Amino acid sequence: MAEEAHNNHHLQDLPKVLVLGPPTCFPTLQPLYSRKFHFLNPNPSGLSLQHFLRLHHHHPSSIPAVLCSASDSVTADVLRLLPSLRLVLTTSAGTDHIDLRECRRRGIQVAGAGGLFSEDVADVAVALLVDVMRKISAADRYLRTQNHSNTPWDMFTFGSKLSGKRVGIVGLGSIGMEVAKRLEPFGCIILYNSKHKKATVSYPFYSSVVDLATTCDALVVCCALNEQTRHIINKEVILALGKGGFIVNVGRGGLIDEKELVKCLVEGEIGGAGLDVFENEPHVPEELLKMNNVVLSPHCAAFTVESTMNLCELVGGNLEAFFSNKPLITPVE
Amino acid sequence: MGIADTYHNMELQPLLVLGLPSIFPSFETLNSHKYIFLKAFSSKLPLLQFLATKNVAPSSIRAILCDPRQAVTADILGVLPSMGFILTTTAGMDHIDLPECRRRGIQVVSIGSLAADDVADMAIGLFIDVLYKISANNRRVRKCVASKSLNFTIAPKLGGKRVGIVGLGSIGGEVGKRLEAFDCKVMYHSRNEKPFVPYPYYSNVVELAANCDALVVCCPLTKQTRHIINREVMLALGKDGVIVNVGRGPVIDEKELVRCLMEGEIGGAGLDVFENEPSVPKELFELDNVVLSPHAGAHTEESCQVKCELVAASLEAFFVSKPRIVPAIIDERHFYPSFECLPVSSGEPAYA
Repeated sequence: MAEEAHNNHHLQDLPKVLVLGPPTCFPTLQPLYSRKFHFLNPNPSGLSLQHFLRLHHHHPSSIPAVLCSASDSVTADVLRLLPSLRLVLTTSAGTDHIDLRECRRRGIQVAGAGGLFSEDVADVAVALLVDVMRKISAADRYLRTQNHSNTPWDMFTFGSKLSGKRVGIVGLGSIGMEVAKRLEPFGCIILYNSKHKKATVSYPFYSSVVDLATTCDALVVCCALNEQTRHIINKEVILALGKGGFIVNVGRGGLIDEKELVKCLVEGEIGGAGLDVFENEPHVPEELLKMNNVVLSPHCAAFTVESTMNLCELVGGNLEAFFSNKPLITPVE
Repeated sequence: MGIADTYHNMELQPLLVLGLPSIFPSFETLNSHKYIFLKAFSSKLPLLQFLATKNVAPSSIRAILCDPRQAVTADILGVLPSMGFILTTTAGMDHIDLPECRRRGIQVVSIGSLAADDVADMAIGLFIDVLYKISANNRRVRKCVASKSLNFTIAPKLGGKRVGIVGLGSIGGEVGKRLEAFDCKVMYHSRNEKPFVPYPYYSNVVELAANCDALVVCCPLTKQTRHIINREVMLALGKDGVIVNVGRGPVIDEKELVRCLMEGEIGGAGLDVFENEPSVPKELFELDNVVLSPHAGAHTEESCQVKCELVAASLEAFFVSKPRIVPAIIDERHFYPSFECLPVSSGEPAYA
């Protein structure tokens, strides 16, 4: 009894972190840091944020920090509910689900996963590119559905060679650089488009995505989603890439005009696509489900066993830094 | 004027085609003005009978174009007294009775390392696919109704994995190069230790497997490598281990592989080759931790074109100049030797 009271008292002193979602890593995270932070998790209750806070006697103004995932929108409305909020921490690299302008206006710091997932996401980007170009998943499907009595394999058409192909990376950030590094030994020629030309990088820079697409045999989309990059891959870019071209997207669904992409794939205006992200997840356009030259991935590129543990450490580290007034580990500018 | 008359016409040589080489449809279209194609692959008749139906004397046949689907045996060679040149459209030559060719002085030519990069690309593609369940997830997304959430299983990270290459030849070397860019730790087993190679060498495959998280099999099929990946190796690799095979099916004891996969003794497999192609063990169709490929490692549209050109060039070199050893032709664009000749006097038994 005394211990319970002691624990409750202890809990009152801990800084509060409101958890939206919760993020996939939360079951691993919570036991690791429950002695340091008081996690408030409205999700299991099914109540709205306001109701939950009222029910548990947490005044909204007592909440200094929010932890969320990419699936939870931190809009101006949500921010308005929390007048004393000073930190939004997301478990994703992406920040398109957070109203960054409003955070900036209110002086709320934002932190994310930084480059934590870059290698894993790059691995999947390359896997999707090799798969769609060499028809690996399609051939696997062909064998599983056709080969019941030693059907000859002549019916299966050849894929495209990777060596010597020009691959345009759209967004040469942390993920884009890891993709480039992996594609080089395949003999691919790397070109890129980014917000700004990178002085330290020797790959040819294209300020126009259309020009990049015209020159390239494949595009790998790795950039962040914001006002400038929404539908950066539009009909013009897709047509410029051409009938033998391939698109891989491991960024955000909103980077590609999905309706146009589907139309171009259906009409054979491009060669194929490898997609880990979609405009309205978990919805995947029905036409794609039947296509042989498309590889579909359920937005799982960042999720490996090792990255979950690393993520917990990073989240904990950012929270510790924040509450001891030290600089955040992975602040979002 | 029958077919017999055209034997003496240098323009139209008889070419026995066995297999069927994947490039043959393209090759036939491009070279029908140069050769009489004797498509033995399309006939169930024994060779002599087949030739008789075509009104072709066996002694007029000097060259064979083949691929692994049909073995070039001593029996076949036995009925072709003028045979001088066998060209396979693959790197592997295990489907050809090499000792018999050596005895008869028949040149055997393969495409050497021409497709090494394509095969290495396939090896890496299969490997990442198994690890990150790309094909399995692709299937799952297609089965999911739109309203359901996109579920997936968390994958083990590729970076940092120890990968053992079995056979560090041209293909194995290309595989190692690619694995390094993914931050994998590369080690290998080969017939002999290779000088100037930065990867740790294991003279024993079981030991290699015990120290790896994955094996990528790239070696040719020989008497020594048949079933070199056996149960002992698979158990040493362990329950999370992944095997990728882009070499030859019989390098792995396939029955054991299926058993180990079914029993969870190894973690997964990416297979481009099988012991009895085109037969694929049916048990594998049910498994999500296996990726199956129809021996497509060396097959890309682009390499098909290059192979056609080089096969045409080497056949022409043989028929026109009849040299003892056909010199390697370096293609300036690719910097690969166009083919590798088996030296006439090699002491090494290679026929599996």
